[in-house]
Amino acid sequence: MAICLKVPQATPVAVFKLTADFREDSSPNKVNLGVGAYRTDDNQPWVLPVVKKVERMIVEDQSLNHEYLPILGLPEFRSSASKIALGDDSLAILENRVGGVQCLGGTGALKIGAEFLRRWYYGYNNTATPVYVSAPTWENHNGVFADAGFQDIRPYKYWNAEKRSLDLAGFLGDLESAPEHSIFVMHACAHNPTGIDPTPEEWKQIAEVMKRRNLFPFFDSAYQGFASGSLEKDAWAVRYFVSQGFELFCAQSFSKNFGLYNERVGNLTIVAKDNENLTRVLSQMEKIVRTIWSNPPSQGARVVALTLNSPELFAEWQENVKTMADRVLLMRAQLKAKLQALGTPGTWDHITQQIGMFSFTGLTPHQVEYLSKEKHIYLMASGRINMCGLTTKNIDYVAESIHEAVSTVQ
Amino acid sequence: THADMGYSFVSLSCVALCLEHQREDGHALVPPLIWKIKQQISTDPTLHADFAPALGLPEFTRRATELALGRECRAVVENRVLGIQTVGCTGAVRLGAQLLRCWYNRSTGWRGPVYIPSPFYAVFQAAGLPDVRQYRCWEAGQWAASEGHVLEDLRAAPEQAVVVLCATAYCPVATDLSQKHWKHLAHVLERRKLFPFFLMLGQGLCLGDPEQDAWPLRHCVSLGLELFCAQSFSHSFGLYGERVGHLLLVLKQNTLLLALQSQAESAVRSLWSRPATLGARVVATVLSNPANLAEWREGVRSAAERCVLIRERLREKLRLLGAPGSWDHLTQQGGLYCCTGLSAEQVAFLAKSRHVYLCNMDYVAESIHLALTSPL
Repeated sequence: MAICLKVPQATPVAVFKLTADFREDSSPNKVNLGVGAYRTDDNQPWVLPVVKKVERMIVEDQSLNHEYLPILGLPEFRSSASKIALGDDSLAILENRVGGVQCLGGTGALKIGAEFLRRWYYGYNNTATPVYVSAPTWENHNGVFADAGFQDIRPYKYWNAEKRSLDLAGFLGDLESAPEHSIFVMHACAHNPTGIDPTPEEWKQIAEVMKRRNLFPFFDSAYQGFASGSLEKDAWAVRYFVSQGFELFCAQSFSKNFGLYNERVGNLTIVAKDNENLTRVLSQMEKIVRTIWSNPPSQGARVVALTLNSPELFAEWQENVKTMADRVLLMRAQLKAKLQALGTPGTWDHITQQIGMFSFTGLTPHQVEYLSKEKHIYLMASGRINMCGLTTKNIDYVAESIHEAVSTVQ
Repeated sequence: THADMGYSFVSLSCVALCLEHQREDGHALVPPLIWKIKQQISTDPTLHADFAPALGLPEFTRRATELALGRECRAVVENRVLGIQTVGCTGAVRLGAQLLRCWYNRSTGWRGPVYIPSPFYAVFQAAGLPDVRQYRCWEAGQWAASEGHVLEDLRAAPEQAVVVLCATAYCPVATDLSQKHWKHLAHVLERRKLFPFFLMLGQGLCLGDPEQDAWPLRHCVSLGLELFCAQSFSHSFGLYGERVGHLLLVLKQNTLLLALQSQAESAVRSLWSRPATLGARVVATVLSNPANLAEWREGVRSAAERCVLIRERLREKLRLLGAPGSWDHLTQQGGLYCCTGLSAEQVAFLAKSRHVYLCNMDYVAESIHLALTSPL
């Protein structure tokens, strides 16, 4: 008796395949612009100095309890993580209607939020409730919501390929025509993959329609601090929505801004109508968590909690985050300058207008293929590059290669 | 949870592991070996913080597979074994349940039943397998494992049913099934075409020897059965908070391995994307270094010994107090957990009035005696 005679090969996850192809490439000039993690100018992963310090503190601390964490996670992590998202002076926190669920990274937070919404969002069994994700979006958004049981996942207009900018009219149009109570998954900042965020004015327009049409905001916040270097600036959209009285979810990831990719640190922040609702929501969250991972891993949460709750460590962390953000900004500026200096056909302002780790270059699939096959430069077929893959050492090669690709290939 | 199922347990595991290293507040200290390795890890400049692969750290999955199946396992040699790092045992059960739901007997639209004596039934249901059934494993009133009941219920199970089995003595079945019993059970599994899903927690802590504890699993593998095994490293490594789990998949044909691997990656992507690394790094460091491995083996052996001593002390103390009833079952049972035979009300009394969850055995004995003799 075999498990199943026909287990088909699953479609490989694009970004995993890219990494595999890059690894197998033996060219000394190879560049990985598909990597989803920060790299230093030496193209090395970077353990934040504050993180190293705190990890040593944790190991030396004999008073720590090494047993299972509570189901919803480390309390001091949950509260400080939600506070970072909503602000120290958040009225909602003061009104005791904000809760957090420690999860396995941003993916875990999306998963728990999705599972909850499918069960309890608006009545029972919301499998038919439309879930809107941006066009384009992080490809795992589809997978997470589909696996949670949502059957109607739709795109909302977001990226204007021609103008290489936000398609605000399209976005607002989709909000107007969405069925009431639809769920909208939005990127809090540093949109992945385009790097284009709505301006505060544009967010206000978005919020106005969502309020009117009773749409549910589910924020994905994976780059707070990492995008602009400022925690407040990067949290503006989420905080604005809260100030407008929305109930919402915010899936936070600390992978990028703490460089803690490996320890899977995430938090699902819940802003509820009132404390009573919050309590009921959290009790249902517990039941969901118990059927997936039972209780979350402690290491990463401890690092983040200790850092956020100590003024000196917090300041040091902000410095580390700014270091990363600044390097990305520098690479953006340099890439644009070099492409312009080379006279590369097209406009390249979007490189510096976009924000965060990723840039939607506008390169076509053929041009992308050319880059990987001929120049050993790896990026997503969508034209998305990770700015962290660029260094002062390889940026000339990359700029010249892009120039070549754009000039010779459609 | 266990009280819901009509019987109650005293956990011996935390006490046993840390008898020498228990703090005043009763919380477990990190075993010295583990603490030493965590220190090494925190100061190792070569270790980076990048994402682990979706299916986990290769060095961990290799060692975890080896620990479960042994070094010369034919299934491993024939490349029919897939090992996946998961978020604790719960994560392993969840992932395994999802893979079964999607890929087990797909052509018949199989949705169960799953036979399970343990609290993981909610995990199977959440994974889309609502038909969850219990099988009897107790001789009620005697508080001992009943081979007869187990075999009877499994013989009556429909073919292709999934059966969850505890390879190591873990709640709620502090089972004492002997090797002979396991052989009978395996025979029934084979004949009735049942799919074994083993749970192996605290490997090494039950009989004091990881190989012996894994015997039921290895026996089934040696018969050529296809099976899953969810492993937890929480108890045997004192790594509770780190959520180190492993899902072992043993297939009949190695032609399916790559396809199943790709499906598992896809499933993991929507659950937690990648696992956390610290705990896995610790376990891999222990299992791949001969000196560490020897120290760890000695640790679990002596912990298992202490479990036995604690059982004896508890039984003796209850006898001296004149606690009503017979307490022989305490020493006849094996493993980390101890089915006391107390009622739900008595258990509640222990928790609320006496705050008994673990530690001081004299106090535990007195508390049990009170539970049995006072009006509640």
